[in-house]
Amino acid sequence: MIEIKELHKSYKVGKNSLHVLKGINFSVKEGELVSIMGSSGSGKSTLLNILGMLDEADSGSYHLDGVQIKNLSEKVAANYRNKFLGFIFQSFNLINYKNALDNVALPLYYQNVGRRERTDIAMSYLEKVGLADWAKHLPTELSGGQKQRVAIARALAGQPKVILADELTGALDTRTSYEIMDLIQQINDEGKTILVVTHEEDIAEMTKRIVNLKDGIIIDDKKVNQVKAMANV
Amino acid sequence: MFSKDKWSEVIQALTSNVFRTILTAFGVFWGIFILCLLLAAGNGLQNGVTQGFAGMSANSMFMWTQPTTKPYDGLPEGRRYNFKIEDVAAIENNVEGLKYVSPRNQLGGFGGANNVTRGLKTGAYNVYGDYPEIIEQEPTDIIKGRFINYNDIEEKRKVAVIGKGVQSELYEYGEEVLGTYVKIQGVNFMVIGVYEKKTATRGDIEEEQKKIFVPFTAFSRAFNYGNLVSWMAITAEDDESITALKSSVFEVIKERHRINPEDNNAIGNFDLYEQFQKISGLFTALDFVAYFVGLLVLMSGVIGISNIMLIVVKERTKEIGVRRALGATPWQIRGQILFESVFLTIIAGMAGISFATLFLYVVNYFLESMPSEDMMFLNPSVDFLTVLVALGILIIAGLIAGFIPAQNAIRVKPVEALRTE
Repeated sequence: MIEIKELHKSYKVGKNSLHVLKGINFSVKEGELVSIMGSSGSGKSTLLNILGMLDEADSGSYHLDGVQIKNLSEKVAANYRNKFLGFIFQSFNLINYKNALDNVALPLYYQNVGRRERTDIAMSYLEKVGLADWAKHLPTELSGGQKQRVAIARALAGQPKVILADELTGALDTRTSYEIMDLIQQINDEGKTILVVTHEEDIAEMTKRIVNLKDGIIIDDKKVNQVKAMANV
Repeated sequence: MFSKDKWSEVIQALTSNVFRTILTAFGVFWGIFILCLLLAAGNGLQNGVTQGFAGMSANSMFMWTQPTTKPYDGLPEGRRYNFKIEDVAAIENNVEGLKYVSPRNQLGGFGGANNVTRGLKTGAYNVYGDYPEIIEQEPTDIIKGRFINYNDIEEKRKVAVIGKGVQSELYEYGEEVLGTYVKIQGVNFMVIGVYEKKTATRGDIEEEQKKIFVPFTAFSRAFNYGNLVSWMAITAEDDESITALKSSVFEVIKERHRINPEDNNAIGNFDLYEQFQKISGLFTALDFVAYFVGLLVLMSGVIGISNIMLIVVKERTKEIGVRRALGATPWQIRGQILFESVFLTIIAGMAGISFATLFLYVVNYFLESMPSEDMMFLNPSVDFLTVLVALGILIIAGLIAGFIPAQNAIRVKPVEALRTE
């Protein structure tokens, strides 16, 4: 599903150049649940941004579902993001003047899905995350856990090939974090490929594979015995 | 472009901070309001002043004799002369493009002594000896009987058309007028018609109703004018201008009366067309000023919108980042900002136009409730074309206002946009 070879990325900070990714080789198969770990500054967010086509690598190759991702125009990148990827963020990033249903329907809006169909699809995903009763509520009326569930529903709504989650439990308490991870595991069990960036050991343990990043290189890549989140709630 | 989704997006975005939206919109509202009022004021003034010209065919002039100011052909300066009835034919034959050349004679004048009597009643009126064409040059409504015709002229009939004001002073209410006689300086004239003048050329509309028109030939004979003509009213054809033709008219007169061709003061004239042109020019200038000032005020409103849209874009950097992460193309983002800005501008502008219209309606209501004949201000209004022009200006203004913010919105990279807290 994801193929990365010799990925390099550096940022300019003033006059100095900061080499963040120093040759990453990495691949993810369909249906995997992978966590990328590392301390801050290890380059994990940069890697995720490149995977999410929000940022571009300086060198190296990146294939997503067989499609080479390189030198995309903004329009094509937008199109690929819409079709291939679902994003989940630490700070939820819901649009706060839109209710839960409209937020979930947003990726479908950019896929030019008709209004009625959009609402139906969005509603079915809200049901899936257990928030059907909250469809008409604004994000400000929801708890952190509920907001993240809406964000997950939104990431799923566009039927992406890969879901990218950036510190998705960073703003939640432990109990809520595990509930969210339980949801993520359910979705993964249904066959979705999911990448989770985190620095929390317990969250990483709930995935099937942990990739450790340090100073821009992968120092460790191992399969783990998945801890079921439900057991810890 | 006009899908329900786009609309709800815009409505949602604009209603997320209603107070700020209203304050922003007020700038444009005020600009278009001022523009409409200025244009309407110019229009009202124009209506008021041109109403004064409505009593006259505008492409006309009056001319009269004045003492000469230059010696010529053995004749001294300061010589007095009179137009002759033969001059009329000479002008008609020698100058192309004239529609009417009407010789006129006149008895009485403002504040003159009583000159007309009927039974025991007397009055002081202006009495004109005229040709039938004068009714075209100085439009008048005949409300009873008829006006002078060429049979009256040829047979020198002693008939008279009197004004409504004359009728009300010399006749009892309801008394039959046609066929009766009035005595003008001792000569009986039969009344054949009554006129009413709806608008005043100059001065008082009451005075305009107190005139008496009699055939030119009967006038000359009854009051011993021989072949003298006091003044002439000359109208040019519709596709000519009297201002351009009048010098040829003067040349004919100068030649026939042995006046120095250089003597510009020997013939007095009042050129309605020239006056009309001057005033038209004035109104064009007024319109220009109205547009200039109005557009400047509108521009400050537009800058306000642009400014607020910049803040809105800044505020929504993160939202824009999210949208782009979810698959919005740059043009969709740009389009949304532009659409919001144009929408806000047009709504505010239309509110301004509506409010201005309402305001003008009230002003008109008060103007009409206190009619005055010499009102310089009549029916101030904005015509439909102006509204369309204003609408066009608004759309362009909205696009301009939204352009820079929209550019800003897509210049930020999605990553940076998402990182903003």
